[in-house]
Amino acid sequence: MDLYEYQAKDLFGAHGIPVLPGHVVTTSAQAREVAAELGGAVVVKAQVKTGGRGKAGGVQLARDPDEAQRKAAAILGMDIKGHTVHRVLVTPACDIVEEYYLSFVLDRTQRTFLAMASVQGGMEIEEVAATAPGALAKVPVDPRFGVDAAKAAEIVVAAAFPPQVAQAVADTTAKLWDVFVAEEATLVEVNPLVQDNQGSIIALDGKVTLDDNAAFRHPEHAALVDPVGQDPLEAAARARHLNYVKLANGQVGIIGNGAGLVMSTLDVVAAAGRAHGGMRPANFLDIGGGANAQVMADGLEIVLGDPDVLSVFVNVFGGITACDQVATGIVQALGMLGSAAAKPLVVRLDGNNVAEGRRILARAAHPLVTMVDTMDAAADKAAELAAVTFAKGA
Amino acid sequence: MAILLTKDSRIIIQGMTGAEGRKHTQRMLRAGSQIVGGVTPGKGGQTVDFEGACLPVFGTVAESVSATGADVSVVFVPPRFAKDAVLEAIDAGIGLVVVITEGIPVHDAAAFCAQAGATGLAAPAVRTRIVGPNCPGVITPGASNAGIIPADITGPGRIGLVSKSGTLTYQMMYELRDIGFSTCVGIGGDPVIGTTHIDAVQAFEDDPDTAAIVMIGEIGGDAEERAADYIKAHITKPVIGYIAGFTAPEGKTMGHAGAIVSGSSGTAAAKKDALEAAGVHVGTTPSATAELMREVMKSLP
Repeated sequence: MDLYEYQAKDLFGAHGIPVLPGHVVTTSAQAREVAAELGGAVVVKAQVKTGGRGKAGGVQLARDPDEAQRKAAAILGMDIKGHTVHRVLVTPACDIVEEYYLSFVLDRTQRTFLAMASVQGGMEIEEVAATAPGALAKVPVDPRFGVDAAKAAEIVVAAAFPPQVAQAVADTTAKLWDVFVAEEATLVEVNPLVQDNQGSIIALDGKVTLDDNAAFRHPEHAALVDPVGQDPLEAAARARHLNYVKLANGQVGIIGNGAGLVMSTLDVVAAAGRAHGGMRPANFLDIGGGANAQVMADGLEIVLGDPDVLSVFVNVFGGITACDQVATGIVQALGMLGSAAAKPLVVRLDGNNVAEGRRILARAAHPLVTMVDTMDAAADKAAELAAVTFAKGA
Repeated sequence: MAILLTKDSRIIIQGMTGAEGRKHTQRMLRAGSQIVGGVTPGKGGQTVDFEGACLPVFGTVAESVSATGADVSVVFVPPRFAKDAVLEAIDAGIGLVVVITEGIPVHDAAAFCAQAGATGLAAPAVRTRIVGPNCPGVITPGASNAGIIPADITGPGRIGLVSKSGTLTYQMMYELRDIGFSTCVGIGGDPVIGTTHIDAVQAFEDDPDTAAIVMIGEIGGDAEERAADYIKAHITKPVIGYIAGFTAPEGKTMGHAGAIVSGSSGTAAAKKDALEAAGVHVGTTPSATAELMREVMKSLP
């Protein structure tokens, strides 16, 4: 889970990293109140989970509460790279002398963690890495030993921080590692880390990605989940513990077992759809290994509930999952849904108990269900059926 | 010979007394695997009956090793306890640890991979080879099965298979069931995994029983790109590839914790291009990929 800037700063502050005060608000009137409370010039910052806010006009300076209100009104509702701004952070303006960069990331390639630091902060770090790779220090961190004072000093030296801030940056580095470990993040990034005109080190902007697999150890992280801007179908699927992702501009609903097979199914449907007026997959839904009839029924209900879906492709290779369970789930779900299930289903079953699964579907002889033997042919059929409905609608 | 797993592998099951562990131990026994016992803390001294085969349960991995000579462990322990279970297996000197468990926090996986000396098969100094986590395991058809891959899909043959995905592994085994496989390795879909594509293709290159290699990848990370470079430089056997996730949107996790396109990195197109640049033919669908492999096998002596 990616966090908003204000959430990242809250975590930083809780672990003793110096951050500026401020409040996140949802209306321009509230922005005015916060600006008045803080006094002096403030910065109004769009809270969206994407980069390039500054360039898009989502970060603006305001000299007084009136201006803060006007700027907030302009930023709220703004679209930044497809993300609508629902909140702004109002925080005091800072007199920046120098901008640095500091982060800890998961290094998938080396199966370990990596500290990255640079005295050229402020811009996107990918840009620094591309234009001035020598200016970006990368120091591996062994997950077993972590970052102590000596390791923090090593990172500071590697990035050649100026002597007058070296100790303060080292302290912040050790604390940022605390955030990374204590919150079980895969990314903690401070960009920029600034030296202000008092010589103080402040984390001015931050990014945090938390490991979803560690959520069971962090019940407090549930409060960080953003209810706004969540797809309602994704929320409904999550409530049923289904692994579902809604895709834009799709017509063929997809249900399969196993993440790899479902991803592959999306690709095969997209390719087949080119011959059928450009039909595309409408979602990713993995019913998982060992899925039973109830899981199949839940999945079908979610996918059929998507108004974009014109046909559904159920693609199951039974390894642990038994095809008879899948077939039973389909028949039960169609029975429960009754006339609400008005979209054609193409079903391809193979593997564990496939003969029984196919027999169950054949016996039910549901008018909406077509069985096809191979994945490629079934994808083609599902795209074709979606295209028929699509043509009628157009 | 095959890789990683032979008929002589002596396997213990960590978490054998749980529902999943019990179910899959039964399946592995039916496949002919030499399962020599299970490990569940606090249940040492008990036994579990599997269709007449009575397997001992040990309280620690070390006890199971000294009593049975086990050299492989398959881990079904829930995420909360998985890190300690894997560390225990490493400390006990187990050579191959297959971690089936899905949902292990990445900080835990990084810790046990570091402890295992996790540079994979390539490094001789490796203490313990880890496969997974979040993987279906390893099968050498007709000899041994360590994990949850169904043993009845296909039999022994000369194709080596390495894949991030369980069901795509099963699908590919099924498509090529008439030819058969030397060993199939499911390396798992998590961001941090012990054995990579490179480790597996290198082992297949060295394995006299493997004539050709299928490599299945998916979006996220750069393991496939690095494997492509490695194949170009070091692999002489034919390699056929398949990549899933061309239609995955940026920034969304597609089922596997590691399957995510971040910005412009980790895309399926980049992986396919890298493999093709290394001379690997990449199929457009699983069936088309199997067809490519079928052609390769026909052309081999």
